[in-house]
Amino acid sequence: MSPGPDVIILGAGPAGMAAATRLRDCGVAVTLIDEQPALGGQIWRGIETSHNGPLENALGKDYRAGAGPAAVLRASGAELRLAAQVWQIEEGWRVFVKTGDAVGMVTAPILLLASGAQERPNPFPGWTLPGVVSVGGAQIMLKTSGQVPENPVWVAGSGPLPLLYMTQLLALGGRLAGYLDTAPRENFSKALPHFPAALTGWRDLYKGARWLWQLRRTGIPVISDVAEIEAKGNDRLETIAYRRRGGEWISMPAEVLLAHEGVVPGVHFTLALGCEHDWRDDQLCFAPRLDDWGETSREGLFVAGDGAGIGGAEAARLRGEITAIGIARRLGKSSESEAARLAKSPRRELARALATRPFLDALYRPRPEIFVPAAETVVCRCEEVTAKQILDAARLGGSGPNQVKAFTRAGMGPCQGRQCGYTVSHLLARQQDKSVGDVGFFHIRPPLKPVSLGDLAALHVEESAL
Amino acid sequence: MIASVYDAVVIGGGLHGLSAALHLARGGARVTLLERSWLGRHASGASAAGVRTLGRDFAEVPLALEAMTMWHEISALVGDDCGFHAHGQVRVAENRAELQVLEQRHSALRSLGYDHEEIVDARELKRLLPHVAPHCIGAAVARDNGAADPHRTLRAFRRAAEAAGVTLRENCGVEAIERAGECWRLRTACGVFEAPNLVNAAGAWAGEVAALVGDRIPLGTKASMMIVTERMNPLVKPVVSSVGRPLSLKQTDQGTLLIGGGVQGRFDLKKEEATVDFAALSKAARTVSELFPVVRDVRIVRAWAGLEAKTVDLLPVIGLSPNAPGVAHAFGFSGHGFQLVPVVGAAIAELVLHGGTNRPIAAFDARRLMAKEAAA
Ligand SMILES: Cc1cc2nc3c(=O)[nH]c(=O)nc-3n(C[C@H](O)[C@H](O)[C@H](O)COP(=O)(O)OP(=O)(O)OC[C@H]3O[C@@H](n4cnc5c(N)ncnc54)[C@H](O)[C@@H]3O)c2cc1C
Repeated sequence: MSPGPDVIILGAGPAGMAAATRLRDCGVAVTLIDEQPALGGQIWRGIETSHNGPLENALGKDYRAGAGPAAVLRASGAELRLAAQVWQIEEGWRVFVKTGDAVGMVTAPILLLASGAQERPNPFPGWTLPGVVSVGGAQIMLKTSGQVPENPVWVAGSGPLPLLYMTQLLALGGRLAGYLDTAPRENFSKALPHFPAALTGWRDLYKGARWLWQLRRTGIPVISDVAEIEAKGNDRLETIAYRRRGGEWISMPAEVLLAHEGVVPGVHFTLALGCEHDWRDDQLCFAPRLDDWGETSREGLFVAGDGAGIGGAEAARLRGEITAIGIARRLGKSSESEAARLAKSPRRELARALATRPFLDALYRPRPEIFVPAAETVVCRCEEVTAKQILDAARLGGSGPNQVKAFTRAGMGPCQGRQCGYTVSHLLARQQDKSVGDVGFFHIRPPLKPVSLGDLAALHVEESAL
Repeated sequence: MIASVYDAVVIGGGLHGLSAALHLARGGARVTLLERSWLGRHASGASAAGVRTLGRDFAEVPLALEAMTMWHEISALVGDDCGFHAHGQVRVAENRAELQVLEQRHSALRSLGYDHEEIVDARELKRLLPHVAPHCIGAAVARDNGAADPHRTLRAFRRAAEAAGVTLRENCGVEAIERAGECWRLRTACGVFEAPNLVNAAGAWAGEVAALVGDRIPLGTKASMMIVTERMNPLVKPVVSSVGRPLSLKQTDQGTLLIGGGVQGRFDLKKEEATVDFAALSKAARTVSELFPVVRDVRIVRAWAGLEAKTVDLLPVIGLSPNAPGVAHAFGFSGHGFQLVPVVGAAIAELVLHGGTNRPIAAFDARRLMAKEAAA
């Protein structure tokens, strides 16, 4: 029987990798868990397996920057549990993991959640049709297999990710049919006051501008200020329709539509563990309430990276470092004053990395239409519940998200509300004239990821072996 | 502060509170129901909603049989079928010794004149449950039993109670109760209420409410856990339990499996919360996958635990308070109170409106528990 680690880190993206490396430097026993088979998280997905091939080149410099940190972490002596899915976390930090067919449990006094962001739910008529995919999903395919869709694709959305994806797609020989830019035009004037402060991060701004410029240079149609989109077809996508703000509906044939409306922190773990959360109006999402060291309202439970609020890869790395310094201090590896001193430089860098955020958040603030979809739009795809059914349920019975869930089954399927939670909260907020923060979010019921009955049945064997 | 005055105040908005309020209002009383959280937040919303007479304690059988008749006509009571289907309940024996337990119970029931249970052999069992593991050799069956949909049941009772004139108040916890002349005065999170009659249907917290009117009734707590899976092909029609181990298994109209049977989670009564303990829950998963090997690959989508009071003899407390005039208790259902909902509400209404009932509730008098405490 071997003693457990001091710290369990969940998520091997920039935040988790930086924290693990730093904690190892301080002599802390670390177990790093991720469901991907290799290090890298979303941004550096597959970095350990692609070696200077055309794919790596197409993915760009920021992508290649992951190789160094991955090698350092490999040599650090951290225990890596990859291809391992965490399906439940319980108090005392018991982390239940499934690796292949084996189901087990790891325990540690400190748990760091560095499990990142998820794409913002983006329901519109027809979004569940085959042929409609999220940009994030398409990018995963691109990074893991270098796969690009055969036919020209339409991209509809806003934010840096669609731009980056389109650039990567073109570099790999993919074809674009056009880009429906859904960021409201009025965002621009609202973002402008934040521009001077954002200039400290001019490199990021430049990157974005260059993507857009490259895109325009290809001569592909770029349609701005798109307010609404619709996907239509019998068994799969056949046409898409869009309407510009104040304009008429226009439709055209399409085979693939990639949609995206930004990312939000993944809060399922922290919600399930009863941490305090705040509504962030700047990013239109809930985020766990954290102290200066990334500790949640529950002692010994820390969050770093995009799960703490969207900040991008560099901010994630720095938050990972700062949180690791805080954890080492908690474990008695350094004094209060030493920790403060060590954290000084990463804190300064973090401020710089976050300088562009207010500008970007304002520029890419999602159009209001995605939060209150039309009556017949499917909101919960697992249980096929429409916006109208949700509003009806709230009118008849209880008014909170949990009562609506009990009445309509919205949020009860295998995705556990990841795809409909925000939409339900927004719909109720609108109907009841409340803020989304006051409406709140679904209670998150375990398990955090689906696990089979056979897996759960096998649990005792593992546990008695611990 | 000015109090709102009613004929009866019901404390607790689970199904027992709703049923009592409904029957009281239909009996002509002016009723309000006070719920600390939201209606159905605890045991009633978490329930497996099995509707069974099978395997009940003999003391509960007469009441449960009347309740069963009411379930078969539940629309007449609440205007909706509550998702109730009488596909039967089957208690499986995995070996000779277990079958003997069932047979002994069966002949004891017979000698008391009850014939709602029958014993079936391996062949009939296989017909009832085609996917059951071959080592199961027989079962006890109650064919008119079944299960309902707990949320639909809550909605139906809630609507019926409102239609009968009950004022339902959520986010309205009772904090203090005192005597005010012939009335009880309740201080709550949403104002002061007065009524000559109270119904204590406060579930896991009913002991605390009883203490507020001077009854010290020792109670334990259950935090039974449930699993629901993704949808799968038809597996079982009846609700399945086992003689030898804690299990209840049913398949919902949507095709998901609901698995429970009493495995216990963790709880904190003060925080009003129950949490799932997966190491303990793995027992339930082992039981189902041994009894129905085909379910091994089915994925669990959710698990939860629900809070409820339990008594030492696992029988409920139903009756008038021995000390406090005008107070009726209905709690301590110990994990099997769902089926009794329609009938207990009727009995409570009779107690409150007429001071007595012909329904057989003597075995559920609170004094049996209080006496034990005094002796200890
Ligand atoms: C997981 C699980 C599975 C079950 N399966 C079955 C089954 O298959 N068959 C069966 O027959 N039974 C089953 N049961 C039992 C059945 O669900 C319960 O017996 C029944 O629902 C109890 O209803 P209730 O109204 O007494 O309690 P509850 O539904 O718990 O209601 C009590 C209410 O009182 C409120 N309250 C408490 N204190 C105060 C206060 N001071 N002021 C105001 N309000 C207060 C609470 O908030 C709560 O909502 C199961 C129970 C659980 C937990």
